Amino acid sequence: MTDRSEDNSPSRRAFLKGSLAAGGALAGATMARAEGPDPLITEKQSWAMGTGDGVDATPYGMPIRFEGDVVRRNVGWLTADTISSINFTPIHALDGTITPQGCAFERHHSGAIELSKDDYRLMINGLVDQPLVFTYADLERFPRVTRTFFLECAANTGMEWAGAQLNGAQFTHGMIHNMEYTGVTLRTLLEEAGLAAAGDFKDKWVYVEGADASSNGRSIPMEKALDDCMIAFKANGEALRKEHGYPVRLIVPGWEGNMWVKWLRRIEVTGQAIESREETSKYTDTLEDGTSRKWTWVMDAKSVVTSPSPQSPIKHGHGPLVITGLAWSGRGAITRVDVSIDGGKNWQEARLSSEGQDKALSRFYLDIDWQGEEMLLQSRAMDSSGYVQPTKAQLREVRGLNSVYHNNCIQTWHVYPTGEAENVEVS
Amino acid sequence: MSKSRNFLLTSVATALLASPVMAEKLGLGRAALPEEVAAWNIDVSPNGDGLPVGSGSVEVGEQVFSENCAICHGEFAEGVDNWPKLAGGMDTLDRDDPLKTVGSYWPHLSTAWDYVHRSMPFGDAQTMSVDDTYAIVAYILYSNDLVEDDFVLSNENFLEVEMPNKDGFIIDDRETSEKHFWNAEPCMTNCKDTVEITMRATVLDVTPNDTTDDGPVAEPAAAEPEQKAEEAAPAAAEAVVAAVAAVDPALVEAGETAFKKCKACHQVGEGAANKVGPQLNALFGRTLGSLDGFKYSKTIVAMGEEGIVWDDATLAEFLRKPKDYIKGTKMSFAGFKKDEDIAAVTAYLKTFAN
Ligand code: HEC
Ligand code: HEC
Repeated sequence: MTDRSEDNSPSRRAFLKGSLAAGGALAGATMARAEGPDPLITEKQSWAMGTGDGVDATPYGMPIRFEGDVVRRNVGWLTADTISSINFTPIHALDGTITPQGCAFERHHSGAIELSKDDYRLMINGLVDQPLVFTYADLERFPRVTRTFFLECAANTGMEWAGAQLNGAQFTHGMIHNMEYTGVTLRTLLEEAGLAAAGDFKDKWVYVEGADASSNGRSIPMEKALDDCMIAFKANGEALRKEHGYPVRLIVPGWEGNMWVKWLRRIEVTGQAIESREETSKYTDTLEDGTSRKWTWVMDAKSVVTSPSPQSPIKHGHGPLVITGLAWSGRGAITRVDVSIDGGKNWQEARLSSEGQDKALSRFYLDIDWQGEEMLLQSRAMDSSGYVQPTKAQLREVRGLNSVYHNNCIQTWHVYPTGEAENVEVS
Repeated sequence: MSKSRNFLLTSVATALLASPVMAEKLGLGRAALPEEVAAWNIDVSPNGDGLPVGSGSVEVGEQVFSENCAICHGEFAEGVDNWPKLAGGMDTLDRDDPLKTVGSYWPHLSTAWDYVHRSMPFGDAQTMSVDDTYAIVAYILYSNDLVEDDFVLSNENFLEVEMPNKDGFIIDDRETSEKHFWNAEPCMTNCKDTVEITMRATVLDVTPNDTTDDGPVAEPAAAEPEQKAEEAAPAAAEAVVAAVAAVDPALVEAGETAFKKCKACHQVGEGAANKVGPQLNALFGRTLGSLDGFKYSKTIVAMGEEGIVWDDATLAEFLRKPKDYIKGTKMSFAGFKKDEDIAAVTAYLKTFAN
């Protein structure tokens, strides 16, 4: 993932100029001073002489073999089997903001099922004027929208409540992805069925349910359902992957991933929350005194440095170093990310790759001159609601250690003079 | 739901930009038939809405549970290995390591009925009848010491059952109890005097080994592979030949019954696929842990690499005590006590030779 072509970006040049002005900090760094002519340049290489693959060699392309380790990984001891289980996005090795579908994390409760478009049916029932059944083809005839949102599992970083456990951003923060979805708003479908029968929306709910054997179901307040939820059939321009709910999943922007029901088969307008297993036994947050919060749907502002990090150590020696990471908030857009290299004593504002988007991932960069000093790397996100990402101590003070879900604390990586990094907790 | 002004402003702006405005209905889709709604609309609410007429006793529940659920959740709903525990944990919610079960944690009984009826047994969901579901739920209550052994649960007395933790939940209060995180001007310089490292991930060492391409396989407590090579390998070839020779129909039939204990996790026959466990077609003569696309435990793969093959002898030893034969196996099955059962399952599995 060290892409040399970025070396000429304007910011990089600005940085180089800046540090030269500040006293020639580059002397002695790793500006590959050639020992002799580089044979990769002076000798003719096979790839520059023969030919490569023809078109159609791979009708659907996969990443080149050199990227074979940029894959989802799971943590075997977390669950009894891989059918009701989770794996993690390799965020330490990605850049930009869009997550490719093929390495976007999976969470299934009864395995990823194969459901064809022909066999797909979506029912709307309950407090609607006319209960309806749609085929997949029907859905494609409604006015369409395309929007980008992050999906974060509420349990992301959940293993870190009691202390630093897993050594890698993929494992601590990889239950997240960010895709551009195409589909129909939930409001459009509900209005097609007619909501006069629902009366006052204030205490009405929309219960959504999947077609797989887990029959995962969640209750969503009508206000949210009509605000920004959508039914998606495309992600990043192509059909959803089987593991993400092909052919149709629900999008509940900014809210916990479990509510984004995959293989969506039913939408029921109700007068009460169903209080299904996934909204009582799971996805509730137990506080220190034994009471538990329920309906904690919103994913609070959060960020993490993805590189350098334990799986993405610094390999290039002293001098220019790009610190990068991701930030997101379920309450709005990311407005600012600060980075600390001394464990939170001092902070500097990082550069956002583009203006923060509502409930979507933001990418941040901080370009520094690293001279091999140990670092305690942290990042701190702020969002358009004024929320500031808290420390783990702040969270624990309110919630104790048993919440499992919604751990959005500031993460620390200890970077050694060797460039290797470790997941640590600091005072 | 966020009530901040910023939130409302952004969503209005997005709405103007991108949301289609529908003047009237498009007339897409068709009316859902009552039979269709009845088939799918089976969720049950805390106030009992959706609960069908029926009943079941603890006594019947014990039997149904033992046949369909105990293999993963334990005979007393106490849980096997890493599979969920459904009983116990009373008064542990404010402790360091709370045990959350149907009895100790779930606020509504409707949730248990709904989930068992709709989503269990794992791998064979929606096969429990209405009365059996009442019976199972009655048995889970009994396992949690919440009812006596002569209790009968029905749609009529359903709402009378009090769940111990029914008042244990509050609605999300982060916007008030955590308002102090909303702080537009966080500290930028000299924010604390000292910084100490208080914990390191490598101390616990529970991160999967990054063996580049294969993905991680580590289990923290997994034991070292045991030396088992000598025993089995040479016998394999003969065993396969012998197997084809004689098939005892009565034994195969008994095997089909005994295989019910395996069915939650394994498939055999046409179209058999890997589920919780690997598919078991053409098992005899197959190297241990050798199916592509199934993530085995380390030990079984290592044993396979030593050349061990499934035959009458290795299978019998494995099925008698799975965890003794393959240390750290992922198969949570306690083992057959009776050799007859092993012989029967073996005969049955041999009928799926390819
Ligand atoms: C093959 C193993 C297996 C069998 C057999 C099985 N279950 Fe489960 N059970 C599971 C798994 C795995 C989960 C967790 C599923 C998830 O998280 O999505 C679970 C979850 C549950 C839960 C929810 C536990 C919680 O705390 O949230 C209940 C209740 C339950 N099962 C009841 C039953 C009943 C009753 C039966 C028999 C009719 C049964 N199960 C059969 C594996 C099994
Ligand atoms: C609760 C789930 C579960 C049950 C019940 C279960 N198994 Fe398994 N079985 C597994 C798993 C998981 C594995 C993979 C073991 C490993 O990786 O160590 C396995 C592996 C096996 C293997 C090895 C296959 C191979 O490819 O090497 C055999 C044979 C087997 N099981 C037979 C049985 C039989 C027969 C029964 C019933 C008496 C049974 N199992 C019950 C989960 C189960």
